[in-house]
Amino acid sequence: MFTATQRDLKNLRVEGRYRFVFMAMTVLLVLPVLIILALLVVRGGPVLSAEFLFEFPKNGMTAGGVFPALLGTIILVIVALLASVPLGVAAAVYLSEYAADNWLTRTINLAIINLAGVPSIVHALFGVGAFVVFFKFGTSILAASLTLAIMTLPVVIVATRESLQAVPQAFREACWSLGATRWQTIRAVVLPNAVSGILTGVILEVSRTAGETAPIMFTGAAFFLPFLPESVFDQTMALSLHLFVISTQVPGVPEGLPYGVALLLIIIVLVMNALSIGLRTYLRGKKKW
Amino acid sequence: MVGTEVAPATKEAVLDIRNLRISYGSKVALNDVTLDVRPNEVFGIIGPANSGKTSFLKAITRMDDFNASMNVSGQISFLGKDVTKWRNVFALRRRVGVVFPLPVGLPLSVYDNVALAPRLGGTKKKADLDEIVERCLRRAALWDEVKDRLDSLGSLLSGGQQQRLTIARALSQDPDLLLLDEFSIAVDPVTTMRIEDVIRELKNEISIIMVTNLVQQARRLADRTAFFLNSEFVEVGDTSPMFEGEVQDQRTHDYITGRFG
Repeated sequence: MFTATQRDLKNLRVEGRYRFVFMAMTVLLVLPVLIILALLVVRGGPVLSAEFLFEFPKNGMTAGGVFPALLGTIILVIVALLASVPLGVAAAVYLSEYAADNWLTRTINLAIINLAGVPSIVHALFGVGAFVVFFKFGTSILAASLTLAIMTLPVVIVATRESLQAVPQAFREACWSLGATRWQTIRAVVLPNAVSGILTGVILEVSRTAGETAPIMFTGAAFFLPFLPESVFDQTMALSLHLFVISTQVPGVPEGLPYGVALLLIIIVLVMNALSIGLRTYLRGKKKW
Repeated sequence: MVGTEVAPATKEAVLDIRNLRISYGSKVALNDVTLDVRPNEVFGIIGPANSGKTSFLKAITRMDDFNASMNVSGQISFLGKDVTKWRNVFALRRRVGVVFPLPVGLPLSVYDNVALAPRLGGTKKKADLDEIVERCLRRAALWDEVKDRLDSLGSLLSGGQQQRLTIARALSQDPDLLLLDEFSIAVDPVTTMRIEDVIRELKNEISIIMVTNLVQQARRLADRTAFFLNSEFVEVGDTSPMFEGEVQDQRTHDYITGRFG
């Protein structure tokens, strides 16, 4: 017959206490997210409508929709992706498949990680110096998107490198022993098996790019424009900057409007993340090894 | 054994190896190997784990190019030409088929697994590829089992089938030399016997180096056998006398008779 000793009882009490502490921390963590979401939905929800999505702002941005900002954010993200995905994937392929493991490679890897830690305002100033002034793109979609691209490059590189390294080395060796060059091996065996991870990284990059404000503020996003951009050398409005502007810079904005913009931004990010998870699950299901 | 004292190998040797030494950094993986592999023979290599057998196979196809820490010195001649002097290392690798210890069915269809090497080599016509795929799968004794599902993933076949798939893949490049690295590690005895039959067949056309840690497998299949022990090349000789006790080194006899290893 088992009887609990004093020590057993004490252990149980301590166990319960720790369990409570860890759970409380988790609740504390989740709570703000839920509150933010609830607040946005309650206050911003009523604002969302077809007119809100597809109309221009009116009356000095105190009424009307956010169409130019929404479109601007989409364009900024697409142009940023066009620049950063080929560059990032190519760099990651080089680092993971070709480069020898020496001090130079390690330094480059360290630099990439550090690049991810650089504050976005510093990227913004770099963008002004490099793209707006030096390359003479002016404050334009191109300059803003390239700044965003530089900023999110580490995400693409790290995600790509990790998914490349998750492809078993045995696959490469089997392919090499058939007389394949490195590039043939990468194309036939490595990339097809890494593509789900790469896509996940790209979509995460999209959600981050869509929300950034500082890097585009000085490089291409405008306070207000009465017309849509016609080329990548024009300025554009963007949701994130629009939110900042109507929350702090414009008097007389009805309370619901900023909440609506914030909700829209969050929805874009959440949809992107959901897409990323769905895509990854789908591609993982097709992968059989 | 000192290489210079060894008589030159017969001219038609498929593979002629002199004073081969392989090291990883300061750790020697294999020291002073001198041997030759003749046409249409099964050349067995036996020895316990970590005695340098796999490194030996890697050196033949210059896989050390992919591993900066692997150093190979000495001379390896394949078809009479030093492998380091093959300017086109990819052509060299295409003439040497390799089968790995754990079957690596690439995550491609059965058909694409076998057609990969010919495609890399520039064969594009569907009819040619069909012919190669069928011939190689037949030679690997796999055709009858997979002919109705050539489109399913190679990595979904059973272990034994995957191992024969890798043999078919290695044959698809029409090699002059086939390297088998402990092919029976991951397959059941029945499949092992089937693959051994395949090897006996193939011997009529090409040379085969078979690394195995099953001593009896070497006895069954190999015409000549080399014994590696702890990075040392102990000896090489005809298989049957060796297994009947005519050894140059007592350790070979001890290993074959199961006193250690």
